[in-house]
Amino acid sequence: MSTNTEWPLWEVFVRSRAGLDHKHCGSLHAADPQMAVQMARDVYTRRQEGVSVWVVRSDQIVASDPGDKAMYFDPAEDKVYRHPTFFKLPAEVDHM
Amino acid sequence: MTASIQVQHRPEAEYLLRLGDTCLILGQRLGEWCGHAPVLEEDIALANMALDLIGQTRALLTHAAMLQGQGFDEDQLAFLRDERDYRNLTMVELPRGDFAFTVLRNLFVSTWLRLHWEALAESADTELAGIAGKAVKEARYHQQHVADWVLRLADGTDESRRRTEAALDELWRYVPELFAADAVDAAAAAARLGPARDALREAWHAEIASVFGDAGLQAPAESAFRSTGTLGVHTEHMGRMLAEMQHLQRAYPGGAW
Repeated sequence: MSTNTEWPLWEVFVRSRAGLDHKHCGSLHAADPQMAVQMARDVYTRRQEGVSVWVVRSDQIVASDPGDKAMYFDPAEDKVYRHPTFFKLPAEVDHM
Repeated sequence: MTASIQVQHRPEAEYLLRLGDTCLILGQRLGEWCGHAPVLEEDIALANMALDLIGQTRALLTHAAMLQGQGFDEDQLAFLRDERDYRNLTMVELPRGDFAFTVLRNLFVSTWLRLHWEALAESADTELAGIAGKAVKEARYHQQHVADWVLRLADGTDESRRRTEAALDELWRYVPELFAADAVDAAAAAARLGPARDALREAWHAEIASVFGDAGLQAPAESAFRSTGTLGVHTEHMGRMLAEMQHLQRAYPGGAW
């Protein structure tokens, strides 16, 4: 349970190599943005996991409601035609 | 028990021992926070810092052993010397203290070490220059991390402010030793091995004054007291610390894993 004396929670995103996306890897408590970035560095990149970190206040993330799961995501189940698998790709494109 | 080793105090090796032992003893003190820091995240940050310092120690003691030419290795130098043969700044052997004390000590020492590493990167001793080039990145982070903490504690609650001021009163008398250059420094400077300590005084005070300015802290007046850890004359805390630190190597000589 959180109390108002606890530091805010932050979500941590780490980019493992240049050119790749930042991936969510966990969360931590910190008093301010600067501390959050330093703590993210110390907690989540100590074994060479990354070359860049993002931190975002957890309470700033807007998430879908688990109760809406059926309405939001189930309808995509039977719409295979939305996958671009029916196109013939030129060989040069290779892995797409 | 493995007998203590006797090291010959050649000036170049002595210069490296002062740096290496300062890293070693501060690393050991920071290790004492493991599992005890105020928050989990800072627990890991302090352990990271301790391990960085131990890594720097290994490089420095290995190099010092080579300059000494007595055939010792880093482990023997770290664990088998007697108290009088350690050359660390007295400031780093003082007990762990509270978090404010640790943060302020880290600010003083990491600034001092960073200034050394920057100068040592230009050392005529290329191996030492290489060690410094790697260590300076670690030291820059240490300094920034602890300087941010000094601001938060000094500008935080009444309690954190009180503790920070108490730590400052306690630590300030050990600052003059950071710049008490002697013949060892003169020899290192002349051989372009590294800077004499007094050459870093001005830069160090300017950086600390900048942090203190932001934090609203006032440096106490300089006292006449001079600590002497770098001459091998230590406080009562050193022996106890070495007893714990050396116990394993002395009980199980050459023990490794």
